[in-house]
Amino acid sequence: MKFSENWLREWVDVPVDRARLAHALTMAGLEVEVINVLGEGLEGVVIAMIVATEKHPQADRLQVCKVDSGQHEPWQIVCGAPNVRVGIKVPLATVGSRLPTGTKINAVSLRGVKSSGMLCSARELGIDADASGLLELPADAPLGAALGDYLGLPDASFEVKLTPNRSDCLSLIGLAHDVAALFDCKMQRLEPASVVVAGSARRGIRLEAGQDAPRYLGRIIEGIDPFTCSPNWLTQRLRLAGLRPVNVVVDVTHYVMLEMGQPLHAFDNARIKGDIVVRHARAGETLRLLDGKTVSLDETFVLVADECRALAIAGVMGGYDSRVTDTTSQIWLEAAHFAPAAVMGRARRLGLHTDASHRFERGVDPQLPHLALARASELLLSIAGGQAGPVVVAEQVDNLPLPVPVRLRRARLRRMLGIAVSDTEVLRILSALGMQVTPVAEGWTVIAPSRRFDIEREEDLIEEVARIFGYDRIPTASPAGALTLMSEPETRIDTLRLREHLATRGYVEAVNLSFVSADLLADWSFCEQAVALANPLSGDLALLRPLLLPNLMEAVRHNHARQQKRVRLFEIGRTFASAQVPLETPSLALAAAGTARAEQWGETARTLDFFDIKGELDALLNWGGEPQRWTLHRDDLPNWLHPGRGARVCRDGVTVGYLGALHPNLAASRQLGPDVYVLEVTLAALLNRHIPQAQLVARYPSVRRDIAIEVPEQETWLHIETVVRDTLGPLLKELRLFDHYRGKGVERGHKSIAIGLILQDVSRTLTDEDASRSVHDVVAALEKTCMARWRE
Amino acid sequence: MDDLEHQATKARSSIDQAQSLEALEALRVAFFGRHGAVTTMLKSLGALGPDERKRRGAVVNGIKERISQALVTRRLALEKAELAHRLSSEQVDISLPGRNGERGGIHPVTRTLERIVALFERLGYQRVDGPEIEDDWHNFAALNFPLHHPARAMHDTFYIDGGRLLRTHTSPVQVRVMAARQPPIRIIAPGKVYRSDSDQTHSPMFHQVEGLLVDEIASFADLKGTLTQFIRVFFERDFQMRFRPSYFPFTEPSAEVDIRWEFRDGSSRWLEVLGCGMVHPHVLNHCGIDPERYTGFAFGLGVERFAMLRYGVTDLRAFFENDLRFLRQFA
Repeated sequence: MKFSENWLREWVDVPVDRARLAHALTMAGLEVEVINVLGEGLEGVVIAMIVATEKHPQADRLQVCKVDSGQHEPWQIVCGAPNVRVGIKVPLATVGSRLPTGTKINAVSLRGVKSSGMLCSARELGIDADASGLLELPADAPLGAALGDYLGLPDASFEVKLTPNRSDCLSLIGLAHDVAALFDCKMQRLEPASVVVAGSARRGIRLEAGQDAPRYLGRIIEGIDPFTCSPNWLTQRLRLAGLRPVNVVVDVTHYVMLEMGQPLHAFDNARIKGDIVVRHARAGETLRLLDGKTVSLDETFVLVADECRALAIAGVMGGYDSRVTDTTSQIWLEAAHFAPAAVMGRARRLGLHTDASHRFERGVDPQLPHLALARASELLLSIAGGQAGPVVVAEQVDNLPLPVPVRLRRARLRRMLGIAVSDTEVLRILSALGMQVTPVAEGWTVIAPSRRFDIEREEDLIEEVARIFGYDRIPTASPAGALTLMSEPETRIDTLRLREHLATRGYVEAVNLSFVSADLLADWSFCEQAVALANPLSGDLALLRPLLLPNLMEAVRHNHARQQKRVRLFEIGRTFASAQVPLETPSLALAAAGTARAEQWGETARTLDFFDIKGELDALLNWGGEPQRWTLHRDDLPNWLHPGRGARVCRDGVTVGYLGALHPNLAASRQLGPDVYVLEVTLAALLNRHIPQAQLVARYPSVRRDIAIEVPEQETWLHIETVVRDTLGPLLKELRLFDHYRGKGVERGHKSIAIGLILQDVSRTLTDEDASRSVHDVVAALEKTCMARWRE
Repeated sequence: MDDLEHQATKARSSIDQAQSLEALEALRVAFFGRHGAVTTMLKSLGALGPDERKRRGAVVNGIKERISQALVTRRLALEKAELAHRLSSEQVDISLPGRNGERGGIHPVTRTLERIVALFERLGYQRVDGPEIEDDWHNFAALNFPLHHPARAMHDTFYIDGGRLLRTHTSPVQVRVMAARQPPIRIIAPGKVYRSDSDQTHSPMFHQVEGLLVDEIASFADLKGTLTQFIRVFFERDFQMRFRPSYFPFTEPSAEVDIRWEFRDGSSRWLEVLGCGMVHPHVLNHCGIDPERYTGFAFGLGVERFAMLRYGVTDLRAFFENDLRFLRQFA
């Protein structure tokens, strides 16, 4: 809501300066966002008339003017404005004055001709952007009068960010009520305007929309001079409120809407056939609106129609055919009450937002139509002449909202606010806001004025008291409550600790948007249906990500493109799967690109391989303490993984993620380069930690024996390990794979594996013979099941 | 006898001049080896008469003692010198970079979010989670946003087919918790939220933290006290703060909290950092909590805003570009 400060002060004359007024409004919940000051520093600028002009003898573009400012002698002023002509009234900055821009006006000689003052454009005066010529003032502007006084300047445009509950403050009078209550002062009374009814032209009204439109008033006004210009004071207030002057009829309806909050609409009376019918639209009924667009409606819209056709969408916008044009002299002026429920969302559905719909959907005082119609008629007749017909009233009183008494309990007020506000103060505040307050034993019974759509229950009143009392006067306290220890499962790994762990291992946390494009998923050969947004911002953001990695790898690429070749990123976020009810699963993803270790003077650079990313998984599993529940599988890999260097990750046999190298095709199509390794695992699987059940350490020394074997290439470590463990049983305390080699000295198609066996018995010291027997048992088993050959 | 003494003195002198442990060892052998000078002297004693043997034996033993002593002393000195030499030759350039010292980092939004949550956890608030895909009831209706209400227009909502939507705020978690249990309730619910709005100062995804306290005694004064403390503890600064009346459908009275922020250029301005209010009785009723018996307060804040202020980040978009050069500042 934008409005003129002077206009507000006309309604409530508060003895405080602009800054304090703005602060008070803000602290009452009417946040002043912007203040634009207009017309400051106009002292010394007066209204003058050009009485004679002649061409400057030395300059083609300049005129030498004689200018009358009501003084005995006209001034001689040299001026170059294109619209200079005899008879117009314009602003004159007199000698000795200073313009808002800082320019000092001196008596000067311009190309040999004396000039005593300066005629000004609106831009030069800082009151408008228009610099096309001199600001032309109306013919009746008083000569010699201070321009500021005449234009009602200086003034300021206040822009208040209104919350949707405060529809009452979408008018000057509504704002004035709050200001009066805040400063405990009186506001101007709203006197009903008196309009002489001349003529008997009238029109019938039929209300057929029930509760949606319970009150409709209208009157015919004939003989308006459509060529009348709206007076300056009026257009200026419209401009300060952010409205563009249109023509005198529209300007007056806008003015009254701003002043009182009642949207009005004027129709070209000649375009209406018969009675006014307020009814619901028929399905498929169309109407061409003021903005020229034709809309198709349904039964949820309320229409103002005549006997033949729709004329306007009630509370939203008028129709094109019945609009008031610059030549309309006979109008049907409407002031109606439409229920918020009948207007809510309608404009939005049509892609519209109008001053009327903004007000009606938030609630307009149902008692206003009479007053607003009278006020608009009075203004219009006084400005543009004409004769007003009788006011035709149609109303269904039963369908109008009834004032409901709301109780406010003293004890509740105190309990909610945490402070006792005195009875006197409560009474003062509520009364000042226009409420009828009746004291009762436990507090008060309150009836809110009909403009307040937001007062329905006790809390609404508590808020009103608190707001005007001042939030800053409510003390600060600490909530009391029983202290209880909340459950804290030791089996759960906190995600922050998980993040710290990954950071310690060199990974940097990324946060990507949860959206992903279909194109990117296609590059990832992601086949399943992703969850789609019905109204995405763009095609790139149309789906919810089914996997964290695609976006994370785009972040890798972003960094590659910025000379960051070695990248370690992780992300924790939800993935979304399409199902009857969309599923969301918190996941962890890791991406690694670049050398295995950061560049260092004492180490040789090594490229990443599968076992680097597997090491990250191992570290997480060791944290959980139950690595034996996890297995890796080569089958059923997604298409985005390298089939030879990828693995499916299972926990207790259930797939929980994948790791490995990106498929080279994908890496190439996303310009990621080779040797890019990734991991994505369901977060829940990682966050479990087992609670150790400790065993005491055996007292007898352990012995170590190393064996080296050659096995065929296809033998897996998992198989060898299982055979060794099964063979030695509890005697084997630890198994270390310390060499894995293929090449020179090893038969083709074979690999050499060296294992350290750490043996220990709980009841005695092992002898050499014990150890040798163990070695032989292991070798024998490996020879038998793994086609191993012992390299003694 | 003088000859013996003379030999002893000579021996002492050669020992003291030995320049290495090897040379010293050679001297030891020269004196005490099987054919060493001292060994030979001791052997020769056997050929003497008892008196002579006793007298000369004492002298020879004295010499043996002195030479042994000299050998030990010299050995220690040589060993010490050798250690000193070795240590000085083993010196490293301690200013060279160490190995494996690199560290990744935690995203500034996470860091901020976790700090906020941790502060409230210390006040007994329990951390809870809620779905990001919500339904109309939890995101709007239960929170007292009627259908088509203009307040909904302030939440530019992403919809998914089937009447579902991406939550526009973390407030639906309030509804889920209150519907599931009775007071006393103290929860803190951080998470991602979505609005269909994207420009320099709006991201279609951002993070909020929601707090809720419902108990038999909970007043606006308690709300003010809680948030005032929180802001000061979070920023570790004693701000000028103000609670300004505002409107949220699910709280009444409602407030926005502004802090007086001083910018690097010395100017200062009120900045809105929090929305809050007393839980609306409609919301309590929707969740099966008796608003006559219990009152509560709720608050919500934008994590990115806090992170920007705390760490001097001037462009919201930096949070979601994932540029390592930006992120590495947050170890």
